[in-house]
Amino acid sequence: MTALPPKSDVKLGLVIDLDTCVGCHACVISCKGWNTENYGAPLSDQDAYGENPSGTFLNRVHSYEVQPEQGAAQTIHFPKSCLHCEDAPCVTVCPTGASYKRAEDGIVLVNEDACIGCGLCAWACPYGARELDQAAGVMKKCTLCVDRIYNENLPEEDREPACVRTCPSGARHFGDLGDADSAVSKLVEERGGMDLMPELGTKPVNKYLPPRPKDQGNEIDILAPLLAPIATETSGFLGWLDRNLEKI
Amino acid sequence: MNHSQPVIDTSPKVSDEIRKTTCYMCACRCGINVHMKEGKVAYIEGNRDHPVNKGVLCAKGSAGIMQVNAPSRLRSPLKRVGERGSGEFEEISWDEALEIASTRLAKVRADDPSKLAFFTGRDQSQSFTSFWAQGFGTPNYAAHGGFCSVNMAAAGIYTMGGAFWEFGQPDWDHTKMFMLFGVAEDHDSNPIKMGLGKLKKRGAKVVGVNPIRTGYNAIADEWVGITPGTDGLFITALIHELMKAGKIDLHYLAQYTNAPVLLDSNPDSESYGLFLRDKDNKPLVIDLKSGKKVAYDKKGIKPDLNGSIRQAGITHTTVFHKMAETYMAPEHDAANVAERCGITEETIRRLAAELAHVAFEQEISLPIEWTDFRGEKHTKMTGRPVSFHAMRGISAHANGFQTCRALHILQIILGSVEVPGGFRFKPPYPKSSEIHPKPHYGYAPNKPLDGPHLGFTHGPEDLALKADGTAARIDKAFTWENPMSSHGLMHMVISNAHAGDPYKIDTLFMYMANMSWNSSMNTGGVMKMLTDKDENGDYVIPNIIYSDAYSSEMVAYADLVLPDATYLERHDCISLLDRPICEADGAADAIRWPVIEPDRDVRGFQSVLCDLGARLGLPNFTNEDGSQKFADYADYIVNHQRKPGIGPLAGFRGDGSDSGRGEVNPEQLNKYIENGGFFVEHIKEDASYYKPWNMAYQEWAVGMGLFDAPSPYLFQLYVEPMRKFQLAAEGHGERQPPEHLRERVREAMSPLPVWNNSTDKDFPIHALTQRPMAMYHSWGTQNAWLRQIHGVNPLYVPTKIWQENDFKEGDWAKVSSPHGEITVPVAHQAALNENTIWTWNAIGKRKGAWALDEKAPEATKGFLLNHLIHELMPPKGDGMRWANSDPITGQAAWFDLKVAIEKVGAPSECEPNIPAQKSPVGKGPKNLTWKVGT
Amino acid sequence: MHPAPSVILFSVLSGLGFGMLAWLGIGKPPMTGFSAFIFFFVAYALSVGGLLSATFHLGNPKNSLKAFSQWRTSWLSREGCCAVAALTVMGVYAIGAIFFETHWMFVGVIGAMLSVVTVFTTSMIYAQLKTVPRWNHWSTPVLFVSLSIFGGALMTGQVTVAMYGFVAVGLIQIFAWFISDSSFSKSGTTIETATGLGNIGKVRMFEPPHTGTNYLLKEMVYVIGRKHAAKLRLIAIILMIVIPILMIGMGAQHGIKAIIAVLSHVVGVFASRWLFFAQAEHVVGLYYGKRG
Repeated sequence: MTALPPKSDVKLGLVIDLDTCVGCHACVISCKGWNTENYGAPLSDQDAYGENPSGTFLNRVHSYEVQPEQGAAQTIHFPKSCLHCEDAPCVTVCPTGASYKRAEDGIVLVNEDACIGCGLCAWACPYGARELDQAAGVMKKCTLCVDRIYNENLPEEDREPACVRTCPSGARHFGDLGDADSAVSKLVEERGGMDLMPELGTKPVNKYLPPRPKDQGNEIDILAPLLAPIATETSGFLGWLDRNLEKI
Repeated sequence: MNHSQPVIDTSPKVSDEIRKTTCYMCACRCGINVHMKEGKVAYIEGNRDHPVNKGVLCAKGSAGIMQVNAPSRLRSPLKRVGERGSGEFEEISWDEALEIASTRLAKVRADDPSKLAFFTGRDQSQSFTSFWAQGFGTPNYAAHGGFCSVNMAAAGIYTMGGAFWEFGQPDWDHTKMFMLFGVAEDHDSNPIKMGLGKLKKRGAKVVGVNPIRTGYNAIADEWVGITPGTDGLFITALIHELMKAGKIDLHYLAQYTNAPVLLDSNPDSESYGLFLRDKDNKPLVIDLKSGKKVAYDKKGIKPDLNGSIRQAGITHTTVFHKMAETYMAPEHDAANVAERCGITEETIRRLAAELAHVAFEQEISLPIEWTDFRGEKHTKMTGRPVSFHAMRGISAHANGFQTCRALHILQIILGSVEVPGGFRFKPPYPKSSEIHPKPHYGYAPNKPLDGPHLGFTHGPEDLALKADGTAARIDKAFTWENPMSSHGLMHMVISNAHAGDPYKIDTLFMYMANMSWNSSMNTGGVMKMLTDKDENGDYVIPNIIYSDAYSSEMVAYADLVLPDATYLERHDCISLLDRPICEADGAADAIRWPVIEPDRDVRGFQSVLCDLGARLGLPNFTNEDGSQKFADYADYIVNHQRKPGIGPLAGFRGDGSDSGRGEVNPEQLNKYIENGGFFVEHIKEDASYYKPWNMAYQEWAVGMGLFDAPSPYLFQLYVEPMRKFQLAAEGHGERQPPEHLRERVREAMSPLPVWNNSTDKDFPIHALTQRPMAMYHSWGTQNAWLRQIHGVNPLYVPTKIWQENDFKEGDWAKVSSPHGEITVPVAHQAALNENTIWTWNAIGKRKGAWALDEKAPEATKGFLLNHLIHELMPPKGDGMRWANSDPITGQAAWFDLKVAIEKVGAPSECEPNIPAQKSPVGKGPKNLTWKVGT
Repeated sequence: MHPAPSVILFSVLSGLGFGMLAWLGIGKPPMTGFSAFIFFFVAYALSVGGLLSATFHLGNPKNSLKAFSQWRTSWLSREGCCAVAALTVMGVYAIGAIFFETHWMFVGVIGAMLSVVTVFTTSMIYAQLKTVPRWNHWSTPVLFVSLSIFGGALMTGQVTVAMYGFVAVGLIQIFAWFISDSSFSKSGTTIETATGLGNIGKVRMFEPPHTGTNYLLKEMVYVIGRKHAAKLRLIAIILMIVIPILMIGMGAQHGIKAIIAVLSHVVGVFASRWLFFAQAEHVVGLYYGKRG
């Protein structure tokens, strides 16, 4: 099982728009809520009201500052969960076959009934996408809400991952990245969607849309002539006003 | 080898039932689907049909499940047995609690109802709590608007009959350039995020004007890292540059604003600077066609922006003439403000040019016919697709009212309010300040108040002053210190009550207001005031009753605690009479209903007020036979009528088919529940823009009961009531300010916004707080999920100050202000105004509160800036207590804080280190493995 | 990486145990009967004890048997299989040596090879991880296997072999440290590639996703001071290599010197192995603004 499945045409995944994410953590908590109640063991919390609270989360939002060579530093909010890699190292290292990639859609899952909690898959993942639940002792990770996206008990429009459904700014998109004509593939194409740590050869399915260029105003000053003064003082202004009031 | 994999159930049952109600994890009030399993809350998601959030939900909303199971929930009424502030209580029955409260309050009401100060904090039932306070008869009621964002609300309503806040929104679908000033994250938060998402999708330009580049400003296409408190200066420079270039909407100004209204220009007149009016008291304009002076609303006229009339040797000119004189002055030139604003001259000019370009070169036009208030028909709706939004960032300053006004003037000269692509009001706005109530303060023993407490003053005659000229209200709202304080001054209540200025009180009754902690300036001082005793050993504030659902810091200071239910355990209404949840295209309201029953001996506070109101015999809470009128809040929501046919909820009235106006419908709440917890009535297309002047809208609003007759009005670039206060300060009229305030009133009440500020060389650095998006005030801390995201709050320091102090990761700093000092951990942020430091608001907690371990990081490394901020200005040696508030509205000037910073060795905990309070609910469990379904 | 005691204990003890078994399997020393029993007992105690201690690292050991199933792809599974195979084959061999006073050479050689391969598979669990550049190098298996073989030599009294072997092991260890100190920076993985934001400018963490800690930080973002590490390296090399060589040089065939040599070596290996984990920087640390 831990052998990767034959290449599938369907590659379900997320496209995350770094130009739109405001860093609100909505996706983090909706994920926590859904996955506490659904697939596998609940996501537990340790020392929940104490000195060192920590818990299992399948999606976390980092914040970075990027300093361009010129101009102001930029703040970028960066949600991160399992990227459902095509060459998922977390799958092949698993000794029990608990960690596997689904043949039909490429979702990487953990079969908790087979997991021994050795943690090796988390070591093999460069992205920090896997967390060993301290109460259940099994590895937890993003399921791409496999129990939502095909769920016939949900209305059709809700058959998307909880994080996508809840995202207030619409920075998260779900779809088939194996289909070049899908909305997500087109978005990746248009906006130059990128891989994280491409040098590690994991071939992530999830893509990140880079922030659009920012603070470009200072260089582009083509609009300046628009503000040609019509007057520099009150009397001149009132004269202009009288001339123009006739026209309106 | 064949690939084999486990077979999994991809269609598990989601829940037994979905109950749709309204979120209360912040002031946004989104619709939520509460998934129930085995009678318990299993999962919360956004309601797709709901007008506010359309299915999305923020982190707080989704974490509601951890709020409803929080160990900090109060369990039973509490009577204080230890010293105030210690947290020593005994649990008592509701009967005993209500007996204690009603006995005490009955005596207050019989002796002097003003001895009750009833103030509510994050209350979402203000129309109800104020109704109760009116019935009681105390003049001392307000909610927390005064320390939140009254400048924004008041400036908006006085200027254009509606404000940003959640009372309006950019036209997200059409705007092409959006300029966002500082906003608080808990108002309209999901709609703003959704709107920004729409703009991003369309590639519209977003400009963030904020000293701090986080959150919304992080995704802004351009960030303008302005120096705090200088927004007004920046905005008036934009106004100057636009006027100088003639890039203003003359048609809009002439037709829809008071720009063409004639001012009495005779300096010797008692009405100098007031509008010239006709015999019907209508402001006059000059008609360009006839050259004659006519009432502003006469059909077919073309008001002249530069009209004038000569009478008795005096040439009377227009408001717009006055604006030209004011804003064309070189002091407003970009070059002269750039340095103070921390924005380059070129950037200011370019932004003005971009605004002009989008507004006038990218004009949009919707083919919608409409008729204006003068009876003129229009074939299209012209739009100027630039829009703005702002809130606490610009309003929580002592110059906040005028800054907010300046921003509205910028919007209006661009012609971009209530037009396609611009800023749009949400019902019940737009609504002229003149049809809002005025403040009421007439009280007498055992009598209800003579009218609603809060309102809009339109001159000295409306001030809430006693015959001797002293303040009628404990918070000194509507006095010469802050004549237009429409939301009251909650931040002054404890301080004034303690000082006995203007008078002493007996009972301080508060709801959901964490006044002994993050909701007060001068936190340490407030804790002392609440516990201070007089020479007889009695508390200076004799009696404190407090209601909250959770074990907050304030609970420890109450003599009697009335435990509230959580938001999933109670009825509520989000009413058009209050702060509604409308959208620009429709009126909407909503309910909360008990989707679960409390497992503790707690009651919804509003239901408790129904009971208490009856015990006190308040006329509006008792039947004629003296029996209790409203069994509980739900009963009130359905059966109360403010006016015949108008109740707290606008939907499903009468037989269930009436909207807005209609008979009481006993089935109303069930109808709301069936409809997903809310009601929405959409506005027809021809009424969708130009609402203040659009007769189709005006008539729709009358039908909905928003007002009783069509009430079109002009935007008030020039606010005449302010001039009336100024005239009084100049020595006119019967009511004049006391001498020590005369000059201040004259300066502050400028009817056209001007900017002013003070500087302090010893404290050169601005210090701010921001709301994290994943926390609401102090509430998030008790939430096991949210507190993992924000468990501590470093002080963020810009590169310049970081390097000057040789700070390293893990360092601590002492931060001092004229009022106090704190020692806190620091962290570096490059995308920050170079003279500004900041931290997240309300993460720091007192030990023992919120059922947390005393070693919780919130109590050891989390901190409040509040310790550095005083509710009073430093003494001026005149013996007066000068409030640290806007001199117009009394808005708390949180963001005027100036500090100095120095590196210090790391202490073991943040300082000041307040000793623990005893938790009346114990501590939370160690670990959580939360799953209600099997 | 978090230097988990269970994993350190496991890899050190089982390395020594399988090293001993490898020597015993090729008949060195050529003991039979009770003497053989003693040697086999020690070797099995170390290797089995090590394996058992590894199970303490598991969150959910009840599924352990399944770990033998994925030998086609998983080095951890291969290790399990090899360990069982080695212990089984060597068990047969041991029975011969203890009860039948005979050395079934064919069985012994197979067992010895399986023992060495077991240690190799252990090392490959770490060496395969591209996410930990410090481990992702051929020197990792060389070090593990050579330590096992020559540690085993010491334990089985092959002191001369052990002495020369330790010289080699010492050099390999120093080489591995030298190489690995720059492996992270040479890996080409940076906070810029991790976030994809490098084309805008220099990236630094502003706020972590949660202010508290989490599994990833506890497990993979262990930070050890550079000076502290240098000191420990010196101690490790002295205890693991220098003192045993000195003791052997001074004639540590039996007795107190032999005990000192063994104890010193074992403690040294523990130090080295502790450093192996503690100094290893996982690339996920980049997301948290930590370089490992």
